[in-house]
Amino acid sequence: MKYNLKVWRQKNSKSEGKLVDYTIDSINPDMSFLEMLDVLNDNLVRKGEDPIAFDHDCREGICGMCSLHISGRAHGPQHAATTCQLYMRSFKDGGTIYIEPWRAKSFPVIKDLVTDRSAFDRIIAAGGFVSVNTGQAQDANNLPIEQAHAEKAMDAAACIGCGACVAACPNSAAMLFVSAKISQLALLPQGGPERNIRAINMVNQMDAEGFGNCTNIGACEAECPKEIKLTNIARMNREYLLASLINE
Amino acid sequence: MGLTGLFLICFLVVHAGINACMWFNDGGKTFTFYAHFMGTNFIVHFIEAGLFAGLLLHIVDGLLLWKQNRDARPVKYAYSNPGANSTWYSRSMGILGSLLLIFLIIHLKDFWGPNRLNQIMTGEERNTFEMMQEEFSNIFVVILYCCACFALFWHLLHGFQSAFQSLGLNNVKYNKVIEVAGTVFAIVVPFIFALMPISMYFKLVH
Ligand code: HEM
Ligand code: SF4
Ligand code: FES
Repeated sequence: MKYNLKVWRQKNSKSEGKLVDYTIDSINPDMSFLEMLDVLNDNLVRKGEDPIAFDHDCREGICGMCSLHISGRAHGPQHAATTCQLYMRSFKDGGTIYIEPWRAKSFPVIKDLVTDRSAFDRIIAAGGFVSVNTGQAQDANNLPIEQAHAEKAMDAAACIGCGACVAACPNSAAMLFVSAKISQLALLPQGGPERNIRAINMVNQMDAEGFGNCTNIGACEAECPKEIKLTNIARMNREYLLASLINE
Repeated sequence: MGLTGLFLICFLVVHAGINACMWFNDGGKTFTFYAHFMGTNFIVHFIEAGLFAGLLLHIVDGLLLWKQNRDARPVKYAYSNPGANSTWYSRSMGILGSLLLIFLIIHLKDFWGPNRLNQIMTGEERNTFEMMQEEFSNIFVVILYCCACFALFWHLLHGFQSAFQSLGLNNVKYNKVIEVAGTVFAIVVPFIFALMPISMYFKLVH
């Protein structure tokens, strides 16, 4: 298969970037999107040009490292899939594909398609953990937890921190990510003792990082590769509202 | 946004309820009775001040939200396909709200302003029923009001449900109820409002 690519090239965080046209031929429809970029980079290196920088790691949809805004969609057109799990058969032969980095003030471009997502790390560092003593493995097994709660916590914990929610949101809001991280702990007894201060600190850090505000558009939920639900955002709003009311 | 939005929704119910009294077809007797109460009762004047404060808060809050959200993405996508993941009206609340604001200014200038002015100057209320009959004999005014109702419909179609989500009131048990109630409300209330100038124009109200 053959494609016309329009790829965002940017030397470093300070320089201006622009879309550059490339054409690529003999692509196997069962190649992943990243493998297609590998082929393109191979061609570029052979010609003595600078290869395109893009993020990736596990290439099996679990690490959250890959990104890319592909033809107007975060992680491309396939539902509930990361870019590494997106295959070239999803694209029309001979068609044009736009490839851009995540766009948000809080995710500055480092080079080409690579953005700095350490804002997410700082949000986690603000409270996305349990610091009270929760005992040993047998203590966890002795805690009575309702099955439905355990399931919801597990669903929220599926978030891989890729940032597609921010990239897809017209407001660049990070609330789907933050709400998943707050929910996975708020739903379990181990997260209970610190739930108020956690909600306040994580939300405050999120705002300090300069992410936008949620207006319930729902693009994040539609594009999230792990199908994190909007109900988590409502839970976070609830946690935060209650915590701000009662926290001293 | 959520609290002030729900507050404005409550106002819409009262406003639609009282105005609907014009359809008793008693020459505006019932309508004028309630309009007189709303225009002169001093408790209502307090609530009216609260309404303006609520509206102002909603607008200021909305503008802040719009500015922060715009600033959160300094470099826009060269190519984006938002229709694939969300509805246009959920992305256009600021524009829909601004249209409503323009309408509200015209609407207040038409009715609320002259009436209050008259009250201050002469201590007498004006006959708002006759004012309506006069205003709504102009087809362009009727069309303007219908357009505003359309904007209100889209604003509410997203806003009603959005308000509950923003306040954290989301639970699988009653999500469906909120969704249905929101959609019905967004259709019925603007429709009732739109019928008022239309029925006046066609002289169905007397
Ligand atoms: C009849 C009057 C109005 C009613 C009943 C109303 C109702 C609502 C409701 C229920 C919400 C959702 C709140 C939330 O998501 O938390 C909302 C949001 C909003 N409104 Fe209004 N509104 C009205 C007028 C206006 C006006 C005049 C403006 C304009 C300047 C405006 C601008 C906005 C904005 C920017 C949002 C936020 C966007 C969003 O949440 O998606 N509204 N409104
Ligand atoms: S919520 Fe979904 S889209 Fe957002 S960071 Fe987590 S996995 Fe990625
Ligand atoms: S590279 Fe790990 S999720 Fe895509």
